[in-house]
Amino acid sequence: MTATLAPPPRSKPKPAKRLRAFGRRWWHQLTAMRTALLLLLALALAAIPGSTFPQRSISAPDVAAYYDQHPDLAPWLDRVWAFDVYTSPWFSAIYLLLMVSLVGCILPRLGLHWKALRAKVPDAPRRMSILPYHRTLAVEANQSLARAVLKQRRWRTTVREAEDGTVTISAEKGQLRETGNLLFHSSVIFMLVGVALGSLMSWYGNRILSEDKSYCNNLQQYDEYGLGAWVDETGLPQFCVTLDDFDAEFTNGGPTAYDAAISYEAAGEEGEYALEVNHPLNIDGTNVFLIGHGYTPVVTYTDRYGQTQTLHQEFLAMDAAMNSEGAFKFPDANVDPATGTVDENAEVGFDAVFVPTFDDSTAMLLGTNPELENPVLALTAYTGDLGLADGRPESVYAINEAQIASGNLEQVNDEVEVIGVGDSMTLPDGSSLTFDGVEQYAVLQVRHDPGGPVVLAGAILLLGGLLPALAVRRRRFWIRWNPDGTVETAGLNRNDYDGLDEECDELTAAIAPGHEPPQASSSDESIGSQQ
Amino acid sequence: MTGAEVANALFVATILIYAGAMFAYAVEYAFDKRAPKRAKQLASVGTAGADAPDDPVAAEAPISPAAARGAGRLGLILTFLGTAALATSIVTRVIHTGRWPWGNMFEYTVGVALAGMVTWLILVSRGSVPRRLGLFATFAVTMVLGTSVRVYTEAGPLVPALDSYWIVIHVTAAIASSGILLIGCVFAILHLLKRRYDRQVSDGKPVRFPLNVAERLPDATALERMTFKIHVFAFPLLTFGIIAGSVWAHLAWGRYWAWDPKEVWAFIAWVVYAAYLHARVSGRSAKANAPWIAILGYAVMLFNLTAVNLVFDGLHSYAGV
Ligand code: HEM
Repeated sequence: MTATLAPPPRSKPKPAKRLRAFGRRWWHQLTAMRTALLLLLALALAAIPGSTFPQRSISAPDVAAYYDQHPDLAPWLDRVWAFDVYTSPWFSAIYLLLMVSLVGCILPRLGLHWKALRAKVPDAPRRMSILPYHRTLAVEANQSLARAVLKQRRWRTTVREAEDGTVTISAEKGQLRETGNLLFHSSVIFMLVGVALGSLMSWYGNRILSEDKSYCNNLQQYDEYGLGAWVDETGLPQFCVTLDDFDAEFTNGGPTAYDAAISYEAAGEEGEYALEVNHPLNIDGTNVFLIGHGYTPVVTYTDRYGQTQTLHQEFLAMDAAMNSEGAFKFPDANVDPATGTVDENAEVGFDAVFVPTFDDSTAMLLGTNPELENPVLALTAYTGDLGLADGRPESVYAINEAQIASGNLEQVNDEVEVIGVGDSMTLPDGSSLTFDGVEQYAVLQVRHDPGGPVVLAGAILLLGGLLPALAVRRRRFWIRWNPDGTVETAGLNRNDYDGLDEECDELTAAIAPGHEPPQASSSDESIGSQQ
Repeated sequence: MTGAEVANALFVATILIYAGAMFAYAVEYAFDKRAPKRAKQLASVGTAGADAPDDPVAAEAPISPAAARGAGRLGLILTFLGTAALATSIVTRVIHTGRWPWGNMFEYTVGVALAGMVTWLILVSRGSVPRRLGLFATFAVTMVLGTSVRVYTEAGPLVPALDSYWIVIHVTAAIASSGILLIGCVFAILHLLKRRYDRQVSDGKPVRFPLNVAERLPDATALERMTFKIHVFAFPLLTFGIIAGSVWAHLAWGRYWAWDPKEVWAFIAWVVYAAYLHARVSGRSAKANAPWIAILGYAVMLFNLTAVNLVFDGLHSYAGV
């Protein structure tokens, strides 16, 4: 930015100097408490859109759905990062400014606090009566007793003897408040470092796994995954997981427990684990979580030539009652075993809705109970070209709409056919689909986030700093023996709190036994003091 | 009667008892003319002796100051009774359902009401606040209870994600801090009322209803300090609740923070309260605005408690009702 500055006329101060003054002024501004206040409020405000618009980082499909619903608005919103609020330049700008402000705030205070911790406690003013608490004692006070009492109560003290014989003990307590405050503010930065580490070094993968199936930890085997910038995908830890059994427990139609019995193999070691929600499995610092479940209908297709194929197809739940949708696709069906030729329009696919508890006493297809009590499949068959051969990735959960629209796929039955377990749906060409049964699947999330423990440590430090920063009271206390034989005590609050008088009176009484604290005056500090 | 019916009956009883308490406090608030206008003694309420009504207005009032104080004592007794009924209602629900009582939005709201009232009763018992202000505390808590009725849900079992001891830690911290902050918010509002009232008076302007209600409030500075103290107490608890929540999110959902709407609004509330604590130490004009920030903080808390569950679609949606 200096490049754009025109050379100044000779009479003005040198540019470097001006720049420094300018910088200093801004630095001052940025590290002012008021700026921190404004930035905090701005941060709160900036976080709001993240809850009103779908976020890519949470659910990319929701963003796509938003695009479908608001085709005009969505691209504009996208241009201002409304779907990536927490990584957007404007959100980052606010919290980075806040962090700079925070560092600018902490560093000088660290220095000052370090000095203050080792400095002598300041002397009382000559006229002690100007302090908020002040007493002139009517009795003797012993210096060594005073020191002992203050020491025993952990006051930091400094003793001064003046030439005229005046002796003053200055005492201070509550430095922990500032220590806590600095610790608190530093741990905010510490936590942010943990978050940054996490986003660079973490990786995760989601995998839908049916009963009796296995998979191994590499990216190809995940349905969805994410890698931090510093993660080498070939360096992922080696392990394989098998889902032996999945069990969902229901009470009154609501799920109350999911149990996934899994076995795993990692670095030559084998193990078994009862994976539950809230109980992840830890394999060498990589956690396996149970984050969902669903049903896997099993069907057998018998083609015109009597050849059979069995499919275990995971379905996606559409609602809390586990009504699910999915598709069965048989691209290699109807090959004539005699000639090896494939009939035209021989590929077969079924769009299906799976209902765990079908109630045939109502006209409703969808059930209201997620338990497997009367499972049915509602099927629509298609023949023709499924569109799998063009190599484009496509959903395994639905029949390709574009193929239907283009006429390459033809719908066979006009009305949806509903079949129960053991039943079959027969197509006009004599082939049939049999509903063999239902299995379950678990949705596993595997995540490794080395930043997590750093963030947690930061959070614990933050709380550990916050408590003294808010609860500890900073105060000073002085006791002075004047040359004329009188003894005075005085006290000062360094931060706003009640009870200074009470504490100082008590301290004075301990130092000078026989000192009668005056009757507690009705102090106007508390709104409740009853007398 | 089943456990659920007992719990519901006690819940209704609580609302009725609190309404009675509110009325009793209102009588004390309005007619105990002994609460004088001089700042120093504003707080002296409820002490025995020396209660000669030398104020001519008071002498004409339909209810004598002594009777008004009797009403205040009755109000306090009713508040204790109502709170006991509310606590019993929650315990009955626990026994009936055999699980921790924070499973849905209704139960959460009721918990906030209980925490708020317990906070209030502790403050009154310690002599930190005058009894007659119970009028405002019972009003706020009764409003919360009234709102909870709108999201009433039959006590049922917990969904698997909630089946964890972290529900005890996280939700209890969130409920307790929300309850305490509710009382803090009441004080922030009372402070602003009294400040406004004082300004009107010193400007020599007439004070009309409803602002004249503020006449009997304690000193504005004292109210502000009480506001601050309550927030200072609640803020670490809120912080702890959020940290515990993210530990739990790690266990249940596989990530500790993903900007789920509930997490977003908890973050916002926390940042707003941090701003409040800063405002209070950043110079006079910021300090004057601090109570507004505290009220904003509570508005965010309420929004997070209600609207976020009902409007946004997030992982916390089990709390949909
Ligand atoms: C992420 C941003 C920040 C958060 C969450 C935060 C939070 C807090 C909290 C909760 C307190 C109350 C503790 C106490 O009263 O001692 C506090 C106090 C304080 N903060 Fe911050 N703060 C932030 C940034 C800053 C910045 C940028 C500055 C410097 C400009 C700053 C300066 C202070 C000071 C001086 C106090 C002590 C107030 C006192 O005298 O008690 N803070 N902060």
